[in-house]
Amino acid sequence: MATAPALELRAIDKRFGAVHANRCVSLAVAAGSVHGLIGENGAGKSTLMNIVYGFHRADTGEIRVDGRPVEIGRPRDAIAAGIGMVHQHFMLVDNFTVLENVVLGSEGGARLSAGAAAARTELQRLARDYGLEVPLDAEVRTLSVGLQQRVEILKALYQRARILILDEPTAVLTPTEADRLFALLRILREQGRTVIIVTHKLREIMAITDRVTVLRQGAVVHETATADTSPRALAEAMVGRSVSLQFDRGAAVPGAARLTARDVEVRDGLGVARLKDFNLVLRAGEIVGVAGVSGNGQSELLEVLAGIRAPTRGEVSLGDRPLVAKGLGPRIRRRLGLAHVPEDRLKLGVVSEFSAEDNLILGYQNGSGWSRGGWLKRGALRLHCAAAMADYDVRPQDPTLRITAFSGGNQQKLVLAREIGAAPSVLLVGQPTRGVDIGAIEFIHRRLIALRDAGVAILLVSVELDEILSLSDRVLVMASGEVVGELARADATEQRIGLMMAGVKGEGRS
Amino acid sequence: MSAARRLPRWAEYTLLPALNLTVALLLSGVVVRVMGESPWAALKLMVAGAVGTQDAIGYTLFYATDFVFTGLAVAVAFHAGLFNIGGEGQAYVGGLGVGLVGLAAGAWPAWVAVPLGIFAGAVFGAAWAFIPAWLQAKRGSHIVITTIMFNFIASALMTYLLVNVLIKPGQQSPESREFGAHAWMPPMHELLARVGIPFAPSPFNLASGLAVAAGLGVWALLWRTQWGYALRVVGRNPAAAVYAGINPARITLGAMLLSGALAGCLGVNELMGSQHRLLLDFPEGAGFVGIAVALMGRNHPLGIVLAAILFGALYQGGSQISFDLPRINRDLVVVIQGLVILFCGALENLFRAPLAAGLARLRRTGGS
Repeated sequence: MATAPALELRAIDKRFGAVHANRCVSLAVAAGSVHGLIGENGAGKSTLMNIVYGFHRADTGEIRVDGRPVEIGRPRDAIAAGIGMVHQHFMLVDNFTVLENVVLGSEGGARLSAGAAAARTELQRLARDYGLEVPLDAEVRTLSVGLQQRVEILKALYQRARILILDEPTAVLTPTEADRLFALLRILREQGRTVIIVTHKLREIMAITDRVTVLRQGAVVHETATADTSPRALAEAMVGRSVSLQFDRGAAVPGAARLTARDVEVRDGLGVARLKDFNLVLRAGEIVGVAGVSGNGQSELLEVLAGIRAPTRGEVSLGDRPLVAKGLGPRIRRRLGLAHVPEDRLKLGVVSEFSAEDNLILGYQNGSGWSRGGWLKRGALRLHCAAAMADYDVRPQDPTLRITAFSGGNQQKLVLAREIGAAPSVLLVGQPTRGVDIGAIEFIHRRLIALRDAGVAILLVSVELDEILSLSDRVLVMASGEVVGELARADATEQRIGLMMAGVKGEGRS
Repeated sequence: MSAARRLPRWAEYTLLPALNLTVALLLSGVVVRVMGESPWAALKLMVAGAVGTQDAIGYTLFYATDFVFTGLAVAVAFHAGLFNIGGEGQAYVGGLGVGLVGLAAGAWPAWVAVPLGIFAGAVFGAAWAFIPAWLQAKRGSHIVITTIMFNFIASALMTYLLVNVLIKPGQQSPESREFGAHAWMPPMHELLARVGIPFAPSPFNLASGLAVAAGLGVWALLWRTQWGYALRVVGRNPAAAVYAGINPARITLGAMLLSGALAGCLGVNELMGSQHRLLLDFPEGAGFVGIAVALMGRNHPLGIVLAAILFGALYQGGSQISFDLPRINRDLVVVIQGLVILFCGALENLFRAPLAAGLARLRRTGGS
């Protein structure tokens, strides 16, 4: 290569105690390119990028920017070297304006006004050059997630970043917003900036990157030009064995109605409707997928169905037993055969400080297998947990280990083991593969299909369109708290769902 | 990320508290020095005063018993996610229950009077905790605020009762008359003498056995029962508790009732075991020391028993210093306690990272 790479990592090695997070990682990112970094959870992607951005310091190894070695001990050094980072969870101050957020950290003096005026001119120039239109005087909290992300990018550019790292940038975006982001990244590339995108979505890697690096267990296992590879080859490189993300499954044979929701409405504390006129008949032996961008009423829906939240209006019935009118809460609903894998595992699904075995009985602490007369039978519980771990291939197989010591995929398998283990007739599943590695995704999907075939009624809420498409027998699309369309499996395509998610109605409810 | 900062379990429970305690004592030594006494002499006096003789040990364990009750009270509430600062008031009002039984006991046999006194102490303590608990569970009033305020109310109430109602007629100081002798907790030196072990007389009494039993009970309840499981879920993750069908309000009430009952047992040790009458301000801050004891004992009953013995020794040894060294008064004990609380509680993590790094380095060089 004639010119030096914009960013070069040489033999980066990093340990956290016993965990070898990065093993001698070498990576060269050409200037003016979009480089993808993929790998399963825990493969070391985030550690590597945090080293580049100065959150961590490598044990050994060297970072070079434009061919010159740089010493990066903290984010300020990274920014000075021309590296900017957009985190998955935005680092913005909600009640500051866009302008204030952008100049935060580079105010240029004790008096804000002078710096702000200069910043305004500069930002307007950047906005013009890159098509990054953002209302500078709007408070950040009033902006959509897509716009907030633009503020982050704008901020990095304002700090003169020539290398931009994006961590899972599309996790919170609609497909349309993601397309807009990609268009922006292409402009940045044309202008000679370098982009590194960290993601687990193979589709995005294929769509936007020039080269891609695959990490597995902390080491680079594969690096190639994107044009020379395929999603399947990348997935195999990530997992280290062949995986099938698309698998054959028989058509559903829907049976009797198991869970019915009628005219359910949820209003929040301010009286804003979060869920409007929701109707559903969920039948035995089918998977109904609920698609939509996060925050469009799906969480409220799951909470109402599970009994965590009371609806403002409407009724939910299990079989022909009304639940809301009788005031039946999660405990009774569980006993009646309604299991729930919550969307946010760490917030609802597990107690982080508890061991695996203690988490395996959350909600089922009165279960006859491990309790009698108010007492917990520790020995029986341990055996039960060991059996579940073997059945669900949870690693490491140690019931006494804290739940947070397991990877996201293994945590999720434990939650599934718990909820499926109760032999439910209805299973509510929220984001079953969030923060879960590909190997575990395959496992979880197969379990869900098997459960459906065994006659369980499953409601699947997911923001991952791929997941909805590969599992659902019917798809409900939600936007702004409403079902904006329903598609049969055969009619459900990414485009149609994407359009509905963006609020384009008129696709007809069949 | 946190892996580098994690200490091995044994170091977590032994090395770290020992280090924190040492630093607290070193600083106390500086204070003693500034006051013009020799820190070394003070330390020797303190150790001798706390564990040097049989009666010193008796006193140390007597005080430790108070702290076990209040420490357990704090820990039970803590596991339910509640910071009960009202141990002092609950102990005080619990003492009222103990006292009423003691005064009424008269000629009741001991096997009636003693259990009844324990029961009354627990019930009165629990009742005093119930109101803040109810306000927290049903109205969202913060339990830290309400329990603090209930300490003052308890103090005012008890003063009123002792000055106006329960005072022994024809007497100046606000104290009740002596309890019936059957409502006295048997002293340990008598019990030991009965099995042929001579032990110097001290207020150390059978209530210490109750405290140990309470510790075992709390342990079994929290880690071996469904209710304890539910309580810990509520304390760690209330949202997950709701998801699991556990009612946090009911757990809040139950945990605070138990917490108050444990604090209320302090009167069993102080009043039935030692004073044998009801008197003003008998908890003497043990309710607050319980917070430090629970902190230092990591809210685990075994840790609490050990921390309570340490604080008992500090208390007893500290009073010995103030007897023997003229320039030092009893408040030094409070200073030392404060420093111990500071280093074991507030600054608990101060030495964690360096210690973890040091141990990791040791292991690496040792292993390779």
